[in-house]
Amino acid sequence: MPLLEVKDLHTSFFTPAGEVKAVNGLSFTLDHRKVLGIVGESGSGKSVTAYSIMQILASTGKIISGSIKLDGQELVNSGEKVMKTVRGNRISIIFQDPMTSLNPTYTIGHQLMEAILLHTDRNKQEARDRAVEMLRLVNINEPEKRMKQYPFEFSGGMRQRIMIAMALACEPDILIADEPTTALDVTIQAQILELMKSLQEELGMAIIMITHDLGVVAQMCDEVIVMYAGSACEQGTADEIFYNPRHEYTKGLMRSIPTATTAGTRLKPITGTPIDLLNMPKGCPFAPRCDNAMKICLKKRAEDMVVNGDHVACCWMNVKRGLEDGSISDSKEGGESVE
Amino acid sequence: MSESKTPLVEVRNLKQYFNINTGFMRTRPLKAVDDVSFTINRGETLGLVGESGCGKTTVGRTLLHLYKPTAGEVIYNGKPIKTKSDILDFRKKSTMVFQDPYSSLNPRMTVSDIIGEPLDIHKMYKSREERMERILSLMERVGLNSEHAARYAHEFSGGQRQRIGIARALALDPEFIVCDEPVSALDVSIQAQVINMFDELQQQMGLTYLFIAHDILVVRHISDRIAVMYLGKMAEIADAAEIYDHPLHPYTKSLMSAVPQPDPKIARSNKRIVLSGDIPSPLNAPPGCPFHTRCPYADESCSQSTPAFREVSAGHFVACHKVDRIN
Repeated sequence: MPLLEVKDLHTSFFTPAGEVKAVNGLSFTLDHRKVLGIVGESGSGKSVTAYSIMQILASTGKIISGSIKLDGQELVNSGEKVMKTVRGNRISIIFQDPMTSLNPTYTIGHQLMEAILLHTDRNKQEARDRAVEMLRLVNINEPEKRMKQYPFEFSGGMRQRIMIAMALACEPDILIADEPTTALDVTIQAQILELMKSLQEELGMAIIMITHDLGVVAQMCDEVIVMYAGSACEQGTADEIFYNPRHEYTKGLMRSIPTATTAGTRLKPITGTPIDLLNMPKGCPFAPRCDNAMKICLKKRAEDMVVNGDHVACCWMNVKRGLEDGSISDSKEGGESVE
Repeated sequence: MSESKTPLVEVRNLKQYFNINTGFMRTRPLKAVDDVSFTINRGETLGLVGESGCGKTTVGRTLLHLYKPTAGEVIYNGKPIKTKSDILDFRKKSTMVFQDPYSSLNPRMTVSDIIGEPLDIHKMYKSREERMERILSLMERVGLNSEHAARYAHEFSGGQRQRIGIARALALDPEFIVCDEPVSALDVSIQAQVINMFDELQQQMGLTYLFIAHDILVVRHISDRIAVMYLGKMAEIADAAEIYDHPLHPYTKSLMSAVPQPDPKIARSNKRIVLSGDIPSPLNAPPGCPFHTRCPYADESCSQSTPAFREVSAGHFVACHKVDRIN
């Protein structure tokens, strides 16, 4: 049984301008000890997916339908009581900006102990020992002294370590990291990523890594989901996504990032601007920006097509390619395996 | 890209100190830029990288005399900038593109007024028609629809706003543009569009850029030469390929190795040099070499004297006592 199973998740925000379908039919599974990357541009629904799993959506947001199962236990509509035993205990989350997610008026020690006292039956002294142990685990020097300090006395990288210590204090099965290094400098980013990777191996948890940085994904993730306009356009192992992308959006993303070898050449950007979630097109959401869009792309959204093992992409180009090389027949269209 | 290597901008021993209040009636200098020298040749792009707080933005702003330099001089086209009229002349030929396209455009001005403002200030037109004509041609140049001239900035997406900022920078037909993190607020797919536009504009108009960014892959892509700063001082300058493939300064080495490569096989096999510790506060900059507190090769001499910024091979400058021993 997979550790986490998300099926056909739909989350919407109800705004004065209308319903914004932030997550629109997303399915994926996460196994024990795996690192899953969710990549996409701003507004593609990556963070909302995380907030839906934790059920910490803003008051205007709501999970419309779908299922989220943790070890077989349904979380959607399970009630606040159940979620309180899940949040911080079995699934933890760390956010992009470590300054705004720590309370400036309490000491680091207080904030660390709060989570431990809430979720375990340790007494205060044991909680304090555990907090010190966690700070040591994330390589913070003189943890006893640091426990009495306030967030403003720490640098950005140290604050993010404290967030990680807090998130891992109750030994969760899943750590959700929402852009954990975006606000940090390159050398500090390297420290944090290295720390996350070694803690993951040591503690044996699974990580959902939400990021827009394909470099971070390449370094950290076993599996990748590429999101566009609220749904997955492609998912598979990191190697498959990077070396054998089969959705036009993924291909476009890979072409548009500068690398060491693109110097002196022109980049190949994706044309147009990101989609307006209030005005979703009828067919494939990427079709208006896609250079290879066909008639069918504008009319009907492709279903998930299995490319290779666990590699799934929803792009009509795969059918076209299959028809051309004869690996599928043209008796019916859509929904079939390409290979 | 530049065939004739004539220096356009020369910066000599530039210093910029800010006085910071540290208590009642007490101030201390924050050495944001401390004795920095470099040149930018005509038609080339100099990339400037470094971590937050290292002074790279301050270098850009002081260079344009948006801040009055504490010491040092800027020589533009062979002429030192000293008097007020020098500055005014210099500002007609040099401009800046800012990082945040949301806060750098006045929300109460229309796009045509934003782009036309530099023309108004320097009185560069004779009639209203001429002004509008120039604004529309600038908009066309950066790929904006001329129908959008009467709209306000909030009606545009991040990428389009950055185009408005670039059109404003081009209004006076400048020779030199300081681009301060112009693409870091943009999404990957839009970032590539804007980078390409900088490239095209450079070729069409023969522009010279100082391209400030923290994303090393972006800088590597666009720059002819790259300068690396650490805590207000220059650590290394060299050709882009040279500094990326063969960095000499230990800080540059770790910086280059820490770049997350968007390729799983390279990323897995990459030997990252992970630095311990954090960047010291520029208010309490360590004595001697500013990097010695985090440097794996540092010994006593590094904390005692500041290394000179010297040329070790043609065009490759580095400030490190141990450069010969490390490499």
